[in-house]
Amino acid sequence: MQTRLIILYALLSALVIILFLTDLMIGAVNIPLADVLAALTGGDCTQATAKIILDIRLLKALVALLAGIALSVSGMQMQTLFRNPLAGPYVLGVSSGASLGVALVVLAGIGSSISIAGSAWIGAASVLIVIAAIGHRIKDIMVILILGMMFSSGIGAIVQILQYIAKEESLKMFIVWTMGTLGDVTTQQLAIMFPSIVLGLLLAILTVKPLNLLLFGEEYAITMGLNIKRSRALLFLSTTLLAGTVTAFCGPIGFIGLAIPHVARMLLQNSDHRILLPGTALLGASILLFCDIISKILILPINAITALLGIPIVIWVVLCNKNITA
Amino acid sequence: MIELSNFSIGYEERNLIYKTNTTIEKCKLTALIGRNGSGKSTLLRAIAGLNKNYSGEIRLSGKSVKNMNVSQIAKTISFVTTERTRIPNMRCKDVVAAGRAPYTNWIGKIQDADRDIVMQSLAKVGMESYAERTMDKMSDGECQRIMVARALAQSTPIILLDEPTSFLDMPNRYELCSLLLQLAHDEEKCILFSTHELDIALSVADYIAFIDSAQLSCISTDEFKHNNYIEKIFHSKHKGCNTMFKFIIP
Repeated sequence: MQTRLIILYALLSALVIILFLTDLMIGAVNIPLADVLAALTGGDCTQATAKIILDIRLLKALVALLAGIALSVSGMQMQTLFRNPLAGPYVLGVSSGASLGVALVVLAGIGSSISIAGSAWIGAASVLIVIAAIGHRIKDIMVILILGMMFSSGIGAIVQILQYIAKEESLKMFIVWTMGTLGDVTTQQLAIMFPSIVLGLLLAILTVKPLNLLLFGEEYAITMGLNIKRSRALLFLSTTLLAGTVTAFCGPIGFIGLAIPHVARMLLQNSDHRILLPGTALLGASILLFCDIISKILILPINAITALLGIPIVIWVVLCNKNITA
Repeated sequence: MIELSNFSIGYEERNLIYKTNTTIEKCKLTALIGRNGSGKSTLLRAIAGLNKNYSGEIRLSGKSVKNMNVSQIAKTISFVTTERTRIPNMRCKDVVAAGRAPYTNWIGKIQDADRDIVMQSLAKVGMESYAERTMDKMSDGECQRIMVARALAQSTPIILLDEPTSFLDMPNRYELCSLLLQLAHDEEKCILFSTHELDIALSVADYIAFIDSAQLSCISTDEFKHNNYIEKIFHSKHKGCNTMFKFIIP
C-alpha cells in the first residue's frame, strides 16, 4: 500500500514536470526541448527564444500550474464539506461573485479605474463575506448549499440584465472573460496570485483533519471533537482564496475542480485527505497544463477544453462508482 | 455516569421532557424506551452536546456539559447515530482510528499507542479480521459493529447509541446488545441505547430508562418488569397489541 502510494506520487510529479516542459515547448513557434532548458538555465540560445520562454510561456505555464492545483484542491474541500459529489469550487458562489464584479466594471462602467482582476477579486470576496455571515447562524450544511446555489442564480440574473443593456464592444470583452484565459496574467499580478494561492493551500493543509472527520457527517464530526464553526470558516476562507484568486485572474475555469478530486480518489483508492490533498494537487496541475497545451494547439479558449475533457471524466466516474458519496 | 437535574427539553410549546431528575448508572447497560416521538433521540442528542436547546443541567461523570468544550465532550462521550455510515475507500481500521481524533494532533497523526487501541477495539467487537476491508461490501450488522468499535476507540467513559439495532436481523440484534452488555460490565462503561425492541431491552439491559408523560425515569429491569410499566407506556386502543405484552416479558 505504502509503496503503491510512493510510486503514484512519483509518477504524478514526473507527469507535472513533463507537461510543464511540453507547455513551454508548444506555441505559435514550437521550440525544441534543448532550447527551452537552455533558456530556463540561462544557457546558450537565441535572444528571441529566451524572450518567448521567459517572458511569455513561463508565466502562462506557472499560472496553469497554480490554477490547476488551486481549483482541484478547492473542489475536493467542497465535495467533502457538502458530502456531495457534484459540489465544486464554485458552489459557494465565488465565480458568480467574481463575474458580477467584472460585469459591473466592464459592462456598466462602474469604478472603471479598477482592473478586471481587481473587480473579480472584490466580487468573490464579497460573496464569501455574505456566505460566512449567513453560514455562521445556520446549522444544516445543506441549507448553505441551497443558499449558495440560489445566490449564484440571483447574481447570474443581475449579470444577464447588465449584459442585455451593455454596449457591443464591452459585451464581447465580458464574454471573452467568461471563456477563461491563462495568458492575461502579468508578472505583477502573479506576485499577488502566487502568495494568495500559497496561503489558501496552507489553510487547506489545516483543514485536512476536519475534512477527514466530516466524511462521517457533521454530527459524527462534532461528537469526535470537531469545532464545526471554526472548521467551516477555515474551509470557506481557504476555498475562496484558492478559487476566488484563480477566477479573478483567469476567469471562471470549469470542470477541473469538479472532476479532478474524483479521479484522485479512484487513482489513490483512499479517502484520507492527508493522501488525497497532494494527489489532487498534482493531478490538477497536470490536467490543466495538458488542457493548456491542447488549447494552444487548437487555438481555442481554455474553458472549452476543460469542459470537453472534464465532462467525460465526471460521467465516467459516476458510472464506474455507483455508491459514490463524497 | 450521566446525571440530569431539573432537565426540560422540547419543541416550542410542547415539552417532551419536563423538569426531570434522573441518573444513568456507570458500568451498566441502560435501554432507553418510549413511544415514537416521545423524545428519545432528542434526549440522546442533548446529552451528546448536539442539541443545546434545553433547560436544567446535564452532568457527565460529575462535570456540567455547559462548561465543557467540544474536545472535552468528545473525550467523555462517544455517540453512534442512526446514520448508516459507509465511506467509499475507507478501511475499517481507518474508520475506527477516526475515534482517536480527540487525542491526535492538528493533522490527525496516528501514533503506535493509538494503533494498539484501534486493534484492541476491533478485537473487542470481534472484527479484527475486517481491519483491512472497506465498509461498502459489508452487511449492516458488521458495519454497526465497526461503528461500535469506533466509539470504543474514542476511550470515553460514556457511550450513547441511537437505535443501534434498527437495521439488524433478530440474531444480530441480540448479539449486538449482548456485546454492549459485556462492554458495559468488562470495560466499565456507562452505555445508554435507545430501542424499540422491548423484548431485547428487557432480556439484556441492566436498567430501563423510559419517557412517560414528559418524565424520564430509570429503574432496574426487574422492577420494570414486575410493575406493569409496559402496559402503561405502550397502551394501545388496539386489543391485539395489549395481549402481546405478556409474551414480551420473559
